This record gives sequence, C-alpha cells and structure tokens, in this order.
Amino acid sequence: MTHLSLSDPIAVTDNNAMAMPLQVTGLTVAYHKKPVVQDVSFTLAPGRLIGLIGPNGAGKSTLLKASLGLVPSIAGDVKVYGKTYQQHRKKIGYVPQRESVDWDFPTNALDVVLMGTYGRLGWFRRPGKHEHETAMECLRKVGMADYAQRQISQLSGGQQQRIFLARALAQQAQLYLMDEPFAGVDATTEKAIISLLEQLKAEGKTVLVVHHDLSTVEAYFDDVLLLNRTLIGVGAVKDIFNADMLQQTYGGKMAVLQGKEGIVLAGK
Amino acid sequence: MSSDFWIILTACLMSAACGLLGCFLILRKMALIGDAISHAVLPGIAIAFLLSGTRDSLAMMIGATALGLLAVFLIQWLQNSGIQSDASIGIIFTALFAIGVIIISLNARNIDLDLDCVLFGEIAYVQWDTWTANGIDMGPRSVWMLGSALLIILLLLALFYKQFKISAFDPAMAVACGIPVMLFHYLLMGMVSMTSVASFESVGAILVVGMLIIPASTAYLLTDRLGRMLMYSVLTGVVSSIIGYYTAYILNASIAGSIVTVAGILFGIAFVFSPKHGVLIRRLRQRRSQGTAIAE
Repeated sequence: MTHLSLSDPIAVTDNNAMAMPLQVTGLTVAYHKKPVVQDVSFTLAPGRLIGLIGPNGAGKSTLLKASLGLVPSIAGDVKVYGKTYQQHRKKIGYVPQRESVDWDFPTNALDVVLMGTYGRLGWFRRPGKHEHETAMECLRKVGMADYAQRQISQLSGGQQQRIFLARALAQQAQLYLMDEPFAGVDATTEKAIISLLEQLKAEGKTVLVVHHDLSTVEAYFDDVLLLNRTLIGVGAVKDIFNADMLQQTYGGKMAVLQGKEGIVLAGK
Repeated sequence: MSSDFWIILTACLMSAACGLLGCFLILRKMALIGDAISHAVLPGIAIAFLLSGTRDSLAMMIGATALGLLAVFLIQWLQNSGIQSDASIGIIFTALFAIGVIIISLNARNIDLDLDCVLFGEIAYVQWDTWTANGIDMGPRSVWMLGSALLIILLLLALFYKQFKISAFDPAMAVACGIPVMLFHYLLMGMVSMTSVASFESVGAILVVGMLIIPASTAYLLTDRLGRMLMYSVLTGVVSSIIGYYTAYILNASIAGSIVTVAGILFGIAFVFSPKHGVLIRRLRQRRSQGTAIAE
C-alpha cells in the first residue's frame, strides 16, 4: 500500500502528520460485501481547496461519509487533526447533498443555519442571542441575509445550497467536507460558493469538495483526489490533473483529450 | 365529577400526547412505524396482564413499551437483512399483534380484557376504572396513565427539542455534529410505545394510530414552523376530542370512532382551505399566475 500525500513528503514526519486536518489510511467501505471504496489512503494539508473527482459510482460520497463515520468502514483508519473523528467532531463542517433532506420541513432559513451551532451547544443549551448573531452573520456571508425568515421550500435550489453552506459555516469548523455543493446551482450561487471557498482557504481552513464539472477543476482547486473505488491519484492540480490520469480515473467511460484550451472529455 | 368530564379529559390527554409525537413521526416519514408500534404492544399488554394478574398500569406500561421497542428493533433488523421496508413493518406488527390476540383468547376466561376493548377501546367506562391508593379513590386510572405519559413527553421534548428537530430534518448532519441520533430515535419510539399503551384502553389499537397521524398531518398543512405545528396538532386533537364526544353523545355512537372521524373531517377542511398549503389556495395561485402570464 502506497501512502500518497498532498504535502511535501520531506515535511511529513510523524509529528507533522499528526496535526494534518485529515489523514485517511487504508480505508475500505463495502455495501453488502461489495467494496465501494477500497484501500484508500491520503493526507490533506491545511489551507488548501481540494477537489474529489471521479465518475459516477466511484465512491466519492461514500468516502466523505466514511471519513465522518456516517457509514461504517470495514478496514482503515481516519484521523482528524491527529485524533479520531469522534474526538474532533467540532472541527469538522459537513455539507451533505442537497437532495438528502426534505425541504418541505416546517422551518425557515435562519433555523436551518442555527442547526450548525447545535454541536457546540451540548446536551441541554438552546441556541440563544449569540447563536442567532452567528447564524445571521453566516447567512450574510452567502448573500442570503434577506431570506432569513423564508420558509425553506420557497427557496430555489441554489439558495437552498447556500443555506447548507451557511449552516456549515455556523459550525465554525477547521475542516470542511462538502458533497457536490455545485450540483445544479445557478451562476450566482456558483460565484458565491467559490468566493466563500477562497475566504475559508485564506483563513487557513481545509475544504474537500466532491466535484463533477471537470472544466472548472483547474480554476477552483489547489489539489485533487482522483477516485474510482481505489485512489488513482492525489496531488496538486498542475501535477496530476492531466489527460493520462483522467483516462485512468474514468477508464473506458470517457475519452480524454488534452488540447491547448485544456482538457476535453467526450463520452464514449 | 361527571362522567362527561372524565371522558373528555381522557380523550384530550390522549390527543395531546399523540399529537406531539405524531408531528415527529410524520416529519420523519414514519407514520407506518407508529401504526406498527401501536399494534405490536398488544402481546406486551397481554403478557404483563397475565403475569401480574391485574391491570397494574406500571407493569403494563413497562412490558408494552419494551415490546414496542422490540418491534422497532426487529423491523430495523429485517430491513438491514434485505427485506423491503414496508414489508418488514407489515410482517412484524401483524405477527406480534396476532400473538397478542392468541394470548388474550387463550386466557379469555380468566382475563378481564376482551378483544373488542383492545381494538376499539372503552373510553365510555374510564370513570369507573379508578385508581385507589392507600384506600383513597384517586380518580380514573387512564387519566393518571395518560397524564404521566403526556408529562414525560413534554419534559423530554422540552429538554431535547433541538436534538429531536435536527434528527428529523437532517440525521446525517446530526450524526456528523455528534448528536446521538440513534438514542433519540429509540427515545421517540419508546415514547410512541408508552403512549400507545396508555391510550390503549381508552381508544384501542386501531384508533390510536388515527390520533397519532391525523392531527399532526392537519397541523402540517397549517404552518411552516415546527413549534407551531406541535401546538396546532395538540389543538386539533383536543378540538376533535370535544366535538367527537358530543357528536357520539347525540348520535349515541362510539366515542373513540367519533373523535377520529372528527379529526378526519378537520384534516379534510385543512386540506382544502389551508391558507398555506390548501388545494384551494394552490388553484387560486395557479390561476392568478396564468392570468398575469396572459395579461403580459
């Protein structure tokens, strides 16, 4: 098993590796004994935007969920800042896929964002004035402050996505795991998300994003993880995001052509 | 105290308890689980009755709550082993209910618990089934049972409102921020079992499902906030109980049946006329938007 690392290999002594935002070793997840993610190992460095890329069914969401302990893994180890995720849950912000919840739930935008503060509140405390201020601030950051009192089913898909991002911000985490935040959103939302990602990066936070649109990878991310059940590659976009690696990742499903304009993909 | 008063009080306590829990059941798309639990508690009641020989409420409550949780656990287990989820629910609750029916019918002679009562309740007699402590008549037993069930529900919901809410809206996110979602799941299921048992003697196994689901569904149509939904659900249940009781009185019909029928009618009214989600307002909006489209 090779351990692929995003940071300078010389700098990764054991001590430094301990403090890395996310360190996954030999992670294997199976549904009904069929492996979905197999023997995946990587380390994420702080202050980077990382795209998680791969074809449909490659196990991208599963890898994210397994890293959070939301689905059981049958082998492997996940460390968040050197500790198990149970010990460091408060350092992780999670943005699930928008379709994973029922948007007809009787609640408004502000209330959903407030849920981001629940983890910090412990068993008995209720969100108070301070939490409301935090939630409003997070809504402002995604350009949704005017919609705070809006019932969530009345928001557009892009607006709902921004509410989810605001909720993750309200978690005030160090490491963010986002499951396809760009899926089916409008141009305004896409811009809002990108500027937010840049801002998080500037604050030294680490963001791992499941991403589908290969044409924007070079513009949006510093590093990529290429996944198709097993980890195909991990590293800086400029080093490994090329036709050869994508061909390996997408296999027979895509023809990958590298032209002057960048990478072109064509379905086979 | 008049018998009207005790019957209405029993019905109101039952509707309040069911109404609160029902909201969480329908928001979690678990209406059928509520149905399953309310039936699966029957063998628990029967066994507790056989063992203690009396209608000792506490033993019944504990025995039946345990059976309700066992049913939830078995349903989960069947689902995890690849049985479809609606089939798992159907298998477990009918099988458990059937076992309960056998136990009761086998002991029909020495059991003061008949099947009619089990299915449809006997709310008309609550007044005569009193609880005596230290030789003092403390009033109807079902009022005490339902009252304590309601108190426990209010206490738990007040303490853990945020946990129940986030577990209903986004369980994955809840787990990710360290909220023990499974604990609150079983806590909710435990409360549903407890309430089913407490409501059993007054409205029976079939109608308690109605009170779990119908008022909550009515409330869902009337508001966009969870807090208000809980309030409206309780209110609708209480109104159904009062109107239902007097309707039964006038028609000389089954009280529990009338209560649930009124709840159903109230739902129908909300379904058509709700200012938020009613059929009528949706039609109107559609027509208006078509009108403006034509005008433009």
